[in-house]
Amino acid sequence: MSNFLTVNIGRKFIMSISGIFLILFLLFHMSMNMVLVFSAEGYDMICEFLGANWYALAGTLVLAAGVVIHILYATILTLQNRAARGTDRYAASNRTVTEWSSKNMYVLGLIVVLGLLLHLYNFWYNMQYAEIAYGHDGYEVPAGSKIVGDLFVQPLYVAIYLVWLAALWFHLTHGFWSAMHTIGWNNKIWLDRLKVISNIVATIIIIGFAVVPVKFLIFK
Amino acid sequence: MDKTINLTLKVWRQNGPREKGHFETYQVKNISVDSSFLEMLDILNEQLISENKEPVAFDHDCREGICGMCSLYINGRPHGPDDDVTTCQLHMRRFKDGDTVTIEPWRAKAFPVIKDLMVNRSAFDEIIAAGGYVSVSTGGVPDGNAIPIPKPDADEAMDAAACIGCGACVAACKNASAMLFLSAKVSQLALLPQGRVEAKRRAIAMVNKMNELGFGACTNTRACEAECPKSVSISHIARLNREFLKASFAS
Amino acid sequence: MSKSDLKINSKIPEGQLAEKWTNYKTHQKLVNPANKRRLDVIVVGTGLAGASAAASLAELGFKVKNFTIQDSPRRAHSIAAQGGINAAKNYPNDGDSVYRLFYDTIKGGDYRAREANVYRLAEVSNSIIDQCVAQGVPFAREYGGLLDNRSFGGAQVSRTFYARGQTGQQLLLGAYQALMRQVHNGGVELHTRTELVDIVIVDGKARGIIARDLVTGKLHRHFGHAVVLATGGYGNTFFLSTNAMGSNGSAAIKAYHKGALFANPCYAQIHPTCIPVHGEFQSKLTLMSESLRNDGRIWVPKKKEDAEAIRAGRLKPTQIAEDDRDYYLERRYPAFGNLVPRDVASRAAKERCDAGFGVNATGLAVYLDFKEAIERLGRKVIEERYGNLFQMYEKITDENPYETPMMIYPAIHYTMGGIWVDYELQTTIPGLFCCGEANFSDHGANRLGASALMQGLADGYFVLPYTIQNYLADDIRTPRMDPDKQPEFAEAEAGVTKRFEKLLAIKGARSVDSIHKELGIIMWDFVGMARNKDGLKQAVEKIDAIRKEFWTNVRIPGNTDGMNVELEKASRLADFIEIGSLMARDAYNREESCGGHFREEYQTEEGEALRQDDKFSYVSCWKYAGDGQEPELVKEPLDYEFVKRAQRNYK
Repeated sequence: MSNFLTVNIGRKFIMSISGIFLILFLLFHMSMNMVLVFSAEGYDMICEFLGANWYALAGTLVLAAGVVIHILYATILTLQNRAARGTDRYAASNRTVTEWSSKNMYVLGLIVVLGLLLHLYNFWYNMQYAEIAYGHDGYEVPAGSKIVGDLFVQPLYVAIYLVWLAALWFHLTHGFWSAMHTIGWNNKIWLDRLKVISNIVATIIIIGFAVVPVKFLIFK
Repeated sequence: MDKTINLTLKVWRQNGPREKGHFETYQVKNISVDSSFLEMLDILNEQLISENKEPVAFDHDCREGICGMCSLYINGRPHGPDDDVTTCQLHMRRFKDGDTVTIEPWRAKAFPVIKDLMVNRSAFDEIIAAGGYVSVSTGGVPDGNAIPIPKPDADEAMDAAACIGCGACVAACKNASAMLFLSAKVSQLALLPQGRVEAKRRAIAMVNKMNELGFGACTNTRACEAECPKSVSISHIARLNREFLKASFAS
Repeated sequence: MSKSDLKINSKIPEGQLAEKWTNYKTHQKLVNPANKRRLDVIVVGTGLAGASAAASLAELGFKVKNFTIQDSPRRAHSIAAQGGINAAKNYPNDGDSVYRLFYDTIKGGDYRAREANVYRLAEVSNSIIDQCVAQGVPFAREYGGLLDNRSFGGAQVSRTFYARGQTGQQLLLGAYQALMRQVHNGGVELHTRTELVDIVIVDGKARGIIARDLVTGKLHRHFGHAVVLATGGYGNTFFLSTNAMGSNGSAAIKAYHKGALFANPCYAQIHPTCIPVHGEFQSKLTLMSESLRNDGRIWVPKKKEDAEAIRAGRLKPTQIAEDDRDYYLERRYPAFGNLVPRDVASRAAKERCDAGFGVNATGLAVYLDFKEAIERLGRKVIEERYGNLFQMYEKITDENPYETPMMIYPAIHYTMGGIWVDYELQTTIPGLFCCGEANFSDHGANRLGASALMQGLADGYFVLPYTIQNYLADDIRTPRMDPDKQPEFAEAEAGVTKRFEKLLAIKGARSVDSIHKELGIIMWDFVGMARNKDGLKQAVEKIDAIRKEFWTNVRIPGNTDGMNVELEKASRLADFIEIGSLMARDAYNREESCGGHFREEYQTEEGEALRQDDKFSYVSCWKYAGDGQEPELVKEPLDYEFVKRAQRNYK
């Protein structure tokens, strides 16, 4: 165990575990969003439940730690991988046929992070953070459904969010099976099956997230 | 039968590991499409010798795709534009008259250039030396049939053991990772009862050595598998990960 | 020619055939563990014989220095062996035994091998399989989990163990891994990309080598209490062969120049199923496994005009009617048909092509046709059996062998001859040992399929580690020498430097390869599949002319500093020229036909090889007599104590 975190496989293991944790969070987040499709009241109840309560705050901190670890190790590994190529690089562009997303995970991840920052500003900043910062001053946090509705009537935001989700989709289609593979849960037979499952999971998550903005844009 | 082509070659020339390299452009004419890529380089070298120039150094030996000595990154692909072949098995019919062919050495920090297109792959030997074996000495072993091995296991071990150690996996990988090479050996020996005994020790020792040598991490792009002349599957990487993680958590 | 008083002593132990090796081991001298650490052994070569010897000696505790010209021990050409490895396990219960394997090998070698050596080989064959299994070699298995066997030419039993079509690769990797384990443990000091350029003799004993670092170009001196050569065969004398480009006979020539005997140089094996030559820039020939002859039928057109039309590209083989095809092996050898031994099949192909029935643009090819087998067994079965070989063929020739017959032609494959060694694998120079294909000992005049791997590993794992101790036991008081203080090393190094300078100073007009190709054509035409007195005489003269051309007109760019591939090649070619000359002389001397050596004057009425046991039942050992001097022939008589010699018959 001594140098587990200094060898590639150990670091990749951290990436995988944090990645799977984040996928689970996305599923959780997505299923809550789905409530909004059916009932604004139900959604607002959830928002209130996940406001500045100790358990929600603890959950937020764990989640933030997961994101930070994932990004931190991605950066460490990317730097290490670049160094492994050496000083001279190939002149001819690579023509090996591979899964496109697998080679662009870091870039896709950066897009996801940018989207995430916007997302935090749009929502978290106006919801949980507002409650933490001003809640004790008697500040009334607006209902979650209203914040969502106000944002997604603007086509530009819907478009930005859809681009963001597309990047996330690519990131997840590779990320899920790749994580399973890195943990060692794969073999010859399951290789193709896992890739299918990976696509299904990513698609469910992305459709689930996309439904809300699209709904608000169409049914203002 | 006697179709010939003319080509423009952009060849990497570098005098030594610490010297700066550059591309030289050469013309070769009337190359039979039935000749192999290395025979085409032989012709180039004959041409250079006749002009009193130094021939291009490149690694090659068996010229039948098994020794793993030949390398070359040709037009953006290790072992060139054909599947399941080594460079020595690549034939000129894969190229068109007038093509420009860029020929580069394997590029990886762990594979320094020795000269021109030749690289030093002794890092692979070091990885094997770290633990890629069953620790038995000559003599005193049980009868070959003493331990039955399920045929599927033996077959899968053979799939992995088919690795020729050419380094195309490292050359193809954007991270210059040696995981396919390493996993092929770990997987082969972990699948057989003879190698199972020290599977944990082996996985840890070999992975540590790989790291120390400066290979990159595996991002599961599958480029290694796509370019492997022996079609070694990345499923062996999953087994390696499993072995390594099990061994790490148990120690 | 000055006769030396050299007496051949093959040191065959006393006793019955089956007791000799046991007797030897019981009475040999051993070295105790504390002394082993003080003894250095140099092993040159990392193929099956070299890697297994180096690993086994280090396991015993000797300090081993191992050298290879390649970048890794795993590249040695043993890796290319396809078919399998023989052993007398009798797992299939088909009546195999150590004696039967011994007998088949002796007969296959056309009664020109040493009985005691071959018996020992058969005896240790079983241990090799056990050893390889223990190392994790993934041999083919049956569904019950036990080892599978296949049959091979020249035997009536199934005794060949295999790992798909890559048996040599798997066995070599097993030995390589054992070697790397010793490198890791410090028992072996490995020198890659390093070539032996001379052997150093101190007080009549081999005490070290001069080696050239192929990357830096620098010469290094290495001391060893004993030196083991495991440097493979010299088939590349022919330029085109199934050997790897780097395979060479230079270590053998260095030993020969220092006084070791070169035995039976003319015994070279020509493999019948290789992909034909396509053009003058061909660099090597690719072997297609012998197993193809199990289902493929070999033929050429019956009518000369058909053959001509095919050569001109006007006719396709599939257009030739069944009645117009000459299945000449089935016609000439009805009992064995397409499965006659390698030498017989090769000569028959040459006979047809010489008679004008050959195909391919060059007229130097015959067809190997799977049409009938595909019709009989279905394409799927053929694909399962030979899929990888068919794919390999298609990659090289761009023709689909499922639809059109393969074209094949014989090519040089293996050399049975080599450095003379006694029962202990020691040459006539004390302390200089030789194992694997590099020595001459076990295959006689012809090697059976799947026996080369057996011999290489037998020598390295189970013979040399014993016999070398019998020599080293007397050397425990010899301290390690400092090669920098030993005048013999300085002298040898100076000789090497002078030779390289001489080569570089020629500055002629011709590339090394162009001269090598010329040598190859002479070898193939006069010292190839069919030889005769007049041709061999011419060959010796022509090779002399090539030697002269080489030493006056070769062009080697660059200098001795750093890597110089052309210089390496030139140095090896100079030695190939000497070997070619020896081969021609030996073939000239041996007025009989046996195994891989076929003299046209000595054949039966049906064109089969005719031995002359009364005159040539000996090993021809050639002793170097100095530059430009005729070598001296020394004979080791072959007395057959246990086996009765008979004419090989495959009709």
